Amino acid sequence: MGIRFILMVNKQGQTRLAQYYEWLTLEERRALEGEIVRKCLARNEQQCSFVEHRNYKIVYRRYASLFFLVGVDNDENELAILEFIHLLVETMDRHFGNVCELDIMFHLEKAHFMLEEMVMNGCIVETSKAQILTPVQLLEKTS
Amino acid sequence: MNPFSSGTRLRDMIRAIRACKTAAEERAVVRKECAAIRASINEDDQDYRHRNLAKLMFIQILGYPTHFGQMECLKLIASAGFPEKRIGYLGLMLLLDERQEVLMLVTNSLKQDLNHSNQYIVGLALCALGNICSAEMARDLSPEVERLLQFRDPNIRKKAALCSIRIIKKVPDLAENFINCAASLLKEKHHGVLITGVQLCADLCKVSSEALEYFRKKCTEGLVRTLRDIVNSPYSPEYDTSGITDPYLHIRLLKLLRILGQGDADASDRMTDILAQVATKTESNKNAGNAILYECVETIMSIEDDGGLRVLAINILGKFLSNRDNNIRYVALNMLMRATTLDAQAVQRHRATILDCVKDSDASIRKRALELLYLLVNENNVKPLIKELIEYLEVSDQEFKGDLTAKICSLVEKFSSEKIWYIDQMLKVLSEAGNFVKDEVWHALIFVISNASDLHGYTVRALYRAFLTSTEQETLVRVAVWCIGEYGDMLVNNVGMLDIEDPITVTECDAVDAVEVAIKRHTSDLTTKAMALIALLKLSSRFPSSSERIKGIIVQNKGNLVLELQQRSIEFNRILQKHQKIRSALVERMPVLDEATFSGRRAGSLPTAISTSSGAPSNLPNGIAKPATAPIPDLLDLSSDDVPAPSSSGGDFPQDLLGVDLSPTLAPSGAGKPPKASTDVLLDLLSIGTYLPVQTGSSAADILSSSQDDKALASLSSLSANATSPVNAAPMMDLLDGHGPGPQKPKENGQAYQSLVAYESSSLRVMFNFSKQPGSPQTTLIQATFTNLSSNVYNDFLFQAAVPKFLQLHLDPASSNTLPASGDGSITQNLKVTNSQHGKLLVMRVRIAYKTNNKDVLEERQINNFPQNL
Repeated sequence: MGIRFILMVNKQGQTRLAQYYEWLTLEERRALEGEIVRKCLARNEQQCSFVEHRNYKIVYRRYASLFFLVGVDNDENELAILEFIHLLVETMDRHFGNVCELDIMFHLEKAHFMLEEMVMNGCIVETSKAQILTPVQLLEKTS
Repeated sequence: MNPFSSGTRLRDMIRAIRACKTAAEERAVVRKECAAIRASINEDDQDYRHRNLAKLMFIQILGYPTHFGQMECLKLIASAGFPEKRIGYLGLMLLLDERQEVLMLVTNSLKQDLNHSNQYIVGLALCALGNICSAEMARDLSPEVERLLQFRDPNIRKKAALCSIRIIKKVPDLAENFINCAASLLKEKHHGVLITGVQLCADLCKVSSEALEYFRKKCTEGLVRTLRDIVNSPYSPEYDTSGITDPYLHIRLLKLLRILGQGDADASDRMTDILAQVATKTESNKNAGNAILYECVETIMSIEDDGGLRVLAINILGKFLSNRDNNIRYVALNMLMRATTLDAQAVQRHRATILDCVKDSDASIRKRALELLYLLVNENNVKPLIKELIEYLEVSDQEFKGDLTAKICSLVEKFSSEKIWYIDQMLKVLSEAGNFVKDEVWHALIFVISNASDLHGYTVRALYRAFLTSTEQETLVRVAVWCIGEYGDMLVNNVGMLDIEDPITVTECDAVDAVEVAIKRHTSDLTTKAMALIALLKLSSRFPSSSERIKGIIVQNKGNLVLELQQRSIEFNRILQKHQKIRSALVERMPVLDEATFSGRRAGSLPTAISTSSGAPSNLPNGIAKPATAPIPDLLDLSSDDVPAPSSSGGDFPQDLLGVDLSPTLAPSGAGKPPKASTDVLLDLLSIGTYLPVQTGSSAADILSSSQDDKALASLSSLSANATSPVNAAPMMDLLDGHGPGPQKPKENGQAYQSLVAYESSSLRVMFNFSKQPGSPQTTLIQATFTNLSSNVYNDFLFQAAVPKFLQLHLDPASSNTLPASGDGSITQNLKVTNSQHGKLLVMRVRIAYKTNNKDVLEERQINNFPQNL
């Protein structure tokens, strides 16, 4: 329901972060990621940020070298998802300070923690950056 | 010590992987790491567990299997420290899913963690539960979650709310417990809790209708008030997004209001003010504002309302449509489709813009605009619109052409007022994109042509001209060849000229040339060549002077490797040589097809038609072409459509076939692919023209039963019978035999499955008959029939059944509890089984108790051989 998966993919098509909210086997995931990434990477700036694929929609946006792709159900508000992607990027930016692709790669678990605070089972939980980052910062302090 | 021991930190491993230049190197590195991790797991190494798990997560993203790490997750979850637990839960959610058995082991840890004193740990557990819990876990842990819904800490409450959503999705029965708590959540102040509470209510409404009623009555006012507060609230730094406070909450509230207001005038009334306020006050220069407006418009469209709000909504959509940002336009087109059903006039005003969008460079926008345009077409604007669309067809790119062609064809058919316009448009489409045109479309075209008797001359001339210019469109060639064959004399003699036509002189030679080109082209496929052969036969009767030449062409195909063409050419040759007298009778003009039967037949066979790939017409007959991986219900549906189609066109069809001994020829002549045209009723008629008012199928029959014992005719009839029995000889066989072999052909609704002899012994037989209701694939209705095979009467017959937890069983009372002897009668009992894990095989344990000869007998048995597709 709502969000089906969230992917972060770089320009060469390598997945940097993948969070699925419905179960797909490994082969299915790789096939899916390959197809979608090819479609999105082939589009240019002027084109729409929404792509229809099978029975759901992909909302994507490119930030520097990283593509953020969110797969949603057909009845979801696409513009809201665009906002959500921006919120995600801003949150990570606040935590890592000028976040870049390498930050996500080397601190994968922290990126996941943040994402988990924001989205649960495909629904958006929390949208306040302060609230999201509190547990993550707590973890850093204790470890 | 091994340099790749688990002492490697995560970042070193990542660096090593990134340094690999080829895929093989990467695989080698990953394999070494996995081996090290496995060794470390075997040693039960405490310190590096979380590091190992982090590495496993990274490896899994790359796409390698990591199931050996699952037990590690469990151990980490069970440990006491917070970081370990954190990584353990993260690993749990990433590496496992709800179908794994390992998940059951976590239930206990989850329970303990849900009662932990540290609220962050409780939060973790809720998160994990919310993401991947299965139905059993949901059942076990739902009381804890309910309790946590009222916890003091808002973070816990919001997570508990989302967890509940998952629980009620997995186990809808538990929904009632959550209604009250959910209603109280709606009165919260904390935004996080409010968002999740709203979502919980939305899902509750979807799952249970009594929840919907409850919320409608009690909570609509509260929701409206909350929305008003948010809209009017001052700047708040925490939730601000580009000037608007918490747009997500706006949107969620609007969604919930939509669910509550749909279909209920009362609730809709209360919402109108706030909707109007949101629609007018929200700024639309930022994306967040537009998102809210979009949601607002959707809500307005869905609730019951008077005109005022709707006008507002459509104005907003109009503004969106002229926005330069592609995203906004896309969203506007989406919404306009919904709006068309409500207020078509307003949308018509934007027709020109929409037409421009069809030609946009962006693929998503094109698709949406085309669909919207399709809905907008009515009798007044169809002609100019079609003209524009056909012009665009010439310049559009390949993927889009298929869609566009299909839409144009169906529009032309729906709105064609005069036959001549219809034929013109179809000709244009065929010349441009004939390869994308589906078969039923050009069948329909031929049908219309044959009905428009005054236009025959015009049509055949137009087709001839088109044929000369564009020969690479397969369907155009087919239609042209058919028409030339039928109306060749009109073509040559310029019969029936209309005023708008230019004169054109076509000699008999030219006509025969055209057909010859069609046969000789190497790109022609089987259907076209077959049609061309028949056309030549007709021409030989209509142009007697060219018969020698025609015979020469036909003879060339005598040795063709494809059986169909070979057969046709040999038979036609015989006709030309020996049976001059009957030739003209054979190939007389086609009778006008009865419109009712044609459309009935089309309606019956339409669902089975699968869109043929462009350029390579699939010679497989309708329905059976679906690959075996298609889900079984589809196959059954398709074949069910196939069965009524042939039988609807003539009840005496099967009997007539039965009247002639056709068994050897009915076996699919496997060598060549049977031509697609063989399923085409019209082509069958092409060989037998004389019997006018009778149905298609029975005209074949009449020929068969007529006393022509000529060999040519017999072979002709076998040809037509062969042609009429497509490769799915299975349904033919069904018609002949009266009952279907193997998989039972389904009845009107739902699907039937093979009945199962669940239990058979020397004294008792239990048969299960399955059926499903069409709407709910998870529920199976079983009718159990008990037959007594012994010679004693059974009294006090009792049947009991037990099923595993993922199934739900409901037993109706039996028809009686006395079973007469030796199968004289039987008891029937209905069971209803609901499979919450649809796809998993059913198992059932049954116990049967009865009294016979004054002794009690008890039989227990486990039934495992349920059909797979239940």
